[in-house]
Amino acid sequence: MTTTLLDPTGERRSVERPAASRLPALAGKTVAVLDISKPRGDVFLDRMAELLAARGATVRRYTKPTFTKPAPIDLRRRIAEECDGVIEGLAD
Amino acid sequence: MVAPQLPDGLVAVVKRDCATCCLVVPVLGEIAARGRPLTVYTQDDPEFPETAAPRVDDRELVVSWHHRIETVPTLLRIENGVEVARTEGWSRPDWEALAEVSPLGATLPARRPGCGSLSVDPANSDDLRVRFEGERLKARRIELGDIEDEIETAFVRGWTDGLPVVPPTPARVLNMLDGTRRAPDEVIAIVPPDLVPVTVEKVAINAVMAGCKPEYLPVVLAAVKAACTDAFNMHGLLCTTFFSGPVLVVNGPIARDIGMNSGVNCMGQGNRANATIGRALQLVVRNVGGGVPGGIDRATFGGPGKHTFCFAEDEAGSPWEPLSVERGFAPGTSTVSLFPGHGPSAIVDQISRTPESLARSLAAKLRAVSHPKLVMGMGAMLVVSPEHARVFAAAGWTKARLRAELDALLMIDGSELARGAGGIDEGIPAAIAQGRKLPKFRDGDLAIVHAGGSAGMFSAIIEGWVSGERGSQLTTAEVVP
Repeated sequence: MTTTLLDPTGERRSVERPAASRLPALAGKTVAVLDISKPRGDVFLDRMAELLAARGATVRRYTKPTFTKPAPIDLRRRIAEECDGVIEGLAD
Repeated sequence: MVAPQLPDGLVAVVKRDCATCCLVVPVLGEIAARGRPLTVYTQDDPEFPETAAPRVDDRELVVSWHHRIETVPTLLRIENGVEVARTEGWSRPDWEALAEVSPLGATLPARRPGCGSLSVDPANSDDLRVRFEGERLKARRIELGDIEDEIETAFVRGWTDGLPVVPPTPARVLNMLDGTRRAPDEVIAIVPPDLVPVTVEKVAINAVMAGCKPEYLPVVLAAVKAACTDAFNMHGLLCTTFFSGPVLVVNGPIARDIGMNSGVNCMGQGNRANATIGRALQLVVRNVGGGVPGGIDRATFGGPGKHTFCFAEDEAGSPWEPLSVERGFAPGTSTVSLFPGHGPSAIVDQISRTPESLARSLAAKLRAVSHPKLVMGMGAMLVVSPEHARVFAAAGWTKARLRAELDALLMIDGSELARGAGGIDEGIPAAIAQGRKLPKFRDGDLAIVHAGGSAGMFSAIIEGWVSGERGSQLTTAEVVP
């Protein structure tokens, strides 16, 4: 006998979005460095900022209020408006 | 399916395979002979009863199901399409009153109980329910082939937490929905991490899979609501590398009504409600929200509590107000509280007989939550056992007193906490630690509840995750039917 089951999932498929085009070069570009507020993330990101500046990029620093939650939508929009690219420290 | 309308006048529902129905056949003839309009619906044999007309074949049980016939014979009076009276089985006075014919069945015994209607026969009722009520269910239907094993299918499709699940058939889900007054299509929360609106029906499907009984569903629904709040931050709790998951503490009469365990082995195996309610929440997060271990769940170790971690507070045996009352709910309100935690870990103290000594024991272990040199970052739930609570109760310590004493004992000198202190690099930055005492827990980050078996001079610590607005806060939702 055929059995019928009900789908327990959200019945959604993720939308496939193309990745943003890569920056051809860093010189003259504005790059966001996003600190997610993890301990010692600043150590890594400070060094990244130095290296980016040495390659001619303007660095803007941003901070998420807490690493436990997604970045607020306003922060994401600000970064998108003010910068050409973003580097985010994702973990410890 | 809309209930078919019954003709005005008298309506009898019968089946041949019922001695009482056979007994009343002459009575049906008497009613018709007195000129009363009578329609007979027969459940098993369209030729039965041979003497009655008009006779309607109800072998599909459409009329019997929709008009909730539980017993045959049932005699109904219909006026303007609406049922105004009903009697079940054979009772001469009731039939005479309803048919407005007297005498009736003078040669019969005065009363005979009827038989079960085929529409409520357990062998049929699930199928009938799916046939007649299945359209209430909106979830995608998945038809399995004859040789597909339904339990293996759930594994293959990624629906399980690693243990077998109960296959969510439409009949089981319809029965589960009996546990709540909410409509199946009501959206009760937006489930992270994929931010998917979840309906009561989808929660019911996952509750079936977890092994819940219908009466647990309101607790599961409340838990899903609480989990999917900004305060609880299920998204972060799921994604973290840390051990924690949602820990459910149930308060109020619902815990007793559905047979939850607040006593012996309450955090362990063996109680269906404890085991399946916590599991149902996890399955909702996994299946509806998309929170899959190794996917967005990046826990370094995780913990067995991520299958289920759910218990009831022992309110009856507690010297203190229950957690729900501390959280602002009226006594007697059923609630579920979610704490972001893992564990439990044990505090052994079999010697202390004074509250001062016992509080110091508890504080000594609480200091080690997350790390003895880390403070104000993570919370904890202290679960005080009956034998430990007795010590505080005998000395007249309220819960507030115990918390105040623990807070005082857990003010720690910064020199012990600084990075490098004690030869341990972990700790808090020297600039913060220098020259001051710091609290182990910030206000509101230490929850205290009462549970456990009556023997054992131990208490339990459920260690927390990042506390407060930065992380996840203890969150309570009322359980509503």
